[in-house]
Amino acid sequence: MTTVAWARRKMAFGRFWTTFRRQPAGVVGLGILVVAVVLALIAPLFIDDSVTSVVSDTGKSFGAPGTDSALGNDESGRSILELIWWGSRTSLLIGFLAAALAMVIGTVIGIASGHFRGWIGAALMRVTDWFLVLPSLVTALVLAAILGGSMTTIIVAIGVTAWPSTARLIRAQTLAVEARPYIERSKALGAGHWHVMTKHVLPNVAPLLLASTTLEVASAIVTESTLAFLGVSSNKTSWGTMLRGSYDWNAASNGAWWYIVIPGLCIVAVVMAFTLVGRALEAVLNPRLR
Amino acid sequence: MTAPLEAIEPAAEQAAGPGDERPAYRGPLRYVAVKAGGAVLSIGMVIIGTFFLFRMLPGDPVRALAQGRNMTPAQLDLERRRLGLDKPLFDQFLDFLTGTLRLDLGTSYEYKRPVLDLIVDRLPATILLAGTALVVAVGLGVWQGTKAGWRRGSRFDRFSTSTSLIFWSVPTFWLGLLLMMALGNGIGPIPGIFPTRGIESVDAPDGFAYVLDVGMHMVLPVLTMVGVVYAQYLLVMRSSLLDEVGQDYITTARAKGLRDDQVRRRHAVPNALLPTVTLVFMRIGFVVGGAVTVEAIFTWPGLGQLFYRAIKVPDFTLMQGTFMLLCVSVILMNTLADVVYHVLDPRVRSA
Repeated sequence: MTTVAWARRKMAFGRFWTTFRRQPAGVVGLGILVVAVVLALIAPLFIDDSVTSVVSDTGKSFGAPGTDSALGNDESGRSILELIWWGSRTSLLIGFLAAALAMVIGTVIGIASGHFRGWIGAALMRVTDWFLVLPSLVTALVLAAILGGSMTTIIVAIGVTAWPSTARLIRAQTLAVEARPYIERSKALGAGHWHVMTKHVLPNVAPLLLASTTLEVASAIVTESTLAFLGVSSNKTSWGTMLRGSYDWNAASNGAWWYIVIPGLCIVAVVMAFTLVGRALEAVLNPRLR
Repeated sequence: MTAPLEAIEPAAEQAAGPGDERPAYRGPLRYVAVKAGGAVLSIGMVIIGTFFLFRMLPGDPVRALAQGRNMTPAQLDLERRRLGLDKPLFDQFLDFLTGTLRLDLGTSYEYKRPVLDLIVDRLPATILLAGTALVVAVGLGVWQGTKAGWRRGSRFDRFSTSTSLIFWSVPTFWLGLLLMMALGNGIGPIPGIFPTRGIESVDAPDGFAYVLDVGMHMVLPVLTMVGVVYAQYLLVMRSSLLDEVGQDYITTARAKGLRDDQVRRRHAVPNALLPTVTLVFMRIGFVVGGAVTVEAIFTWPGLGQLFYRAIKVPDFTLMQGTFMLLCVSVILMNTLADVVYHVLDPRVRSA
């Protein structure tokens, strides 16, 4: 039984991959993502936390690109290239974990509200809709400010404000899946709530979940950088805190365009890559969009 | 039990797609009443949520407040009593509830003034900025979206859609920084044109010159907000126009011999505008978030900046008051959107 299921899943994945490869934008996005993630993972082999230290550097303040480091220096002479490389670890990690948190909350609430009709589902939907109307950036700022700045609180603040759209999506899909006859068959054979939700609904919503989580990572990275820019950060160098630094130290009026442009371009490149991959996944997985 | 609660969210139902049934229509007044009830419930949830959120603060708020200030234990006790922290949690909750309902939002630590006064002071600047940005963004989005949707696949369509998508994925604050650098400080041979701080010059003149001065200060913040939000209006206008183009009544209008321009202006656009109108209100929360960021960058003296300052200090009473106000205004706007949509679109009513 299980081997048959796995063989079928392998085939399905093969089909999925052939369709995905036909989406040039998605492949480009995936390429950028792989490069970014690999670079972030291998960073400790080449540099360490000392690149963010303001005392151990020797560069010129606001040194232009090419003078003593490839992408110029910041206000205290740190190399922008090294900061970007080291900061990518924080930005990507927060992005991934916050999106994962949002995915977990969204899936649990979405499946539960779609599966349990009646007052439980209605109450869960009411809470979801309430979270959906709250201005998410403002709520995330308040949460992060109250809980204090650390990696965990930033992830929680973003994850807790980002889940409602996932929950809505998953609920709609759950309702569609549960209307199918095989669910009825399964219930007739004595399947309980847990069995139906985990063995039948979850595998069916999983592909859609993958697409929406990919898009979620993009917006989590933007939110992280915005929070960091507004002064709520994990006290670790990220692309957002670099841009905060450029604002605090008046990089614009010092003519240090590289300090402003380069971290921003990194954010945009990674966000675009996630968006392209997410859209390509959606196009592959959602037959209505094809 | 399910039906009445579901009835609260028809606009959200559209997002959910198939699987949700629309409840039977029971008259406009009832609809408005259900909507208003939902809004009141949501606002109640905001007030209760805010109370418990701000009581989750780790440690003693008075001690946090006293940090860096010289306060004797007696003064600390006095402050605790002033804030009502010596009472049991339930009494604190009741005080908070009655205070909030009487619009008494407490006194700011930072400004030593009632939070409500501060909010009233700052509100006009935000409405001016966000309102202008919204009008420009909707105008630009609808205009470009119409043009792009009507000539689908044309060079204009491809160009405007991809440009707006690029702006869409750019973080608001980064766009602000870039504009500030390019147009505020000047880059290369181009001199700085627009001021980057505040709402008026220190030596602001009177009369018409003053209006001009404020206008100059508004250019960069408005551009930043417009750049980030107009994409969604463009895309919605474009896609809803695409839906209309295939309809029979458009063919009929053409068959009557109307010029292309007239078919578009009199028939297609009014129908396609509906989803856009809803979206304007629906995404107001996004505009609020954008306003906080933009006001923080350009030190625009509005609500967003007040909120941003409250987070920086941190001034929890002020944060709590502005947070509630922002949430409540977004909820009211959303409810208004539902009602307006209902009034404008007969299809929703008869469904």
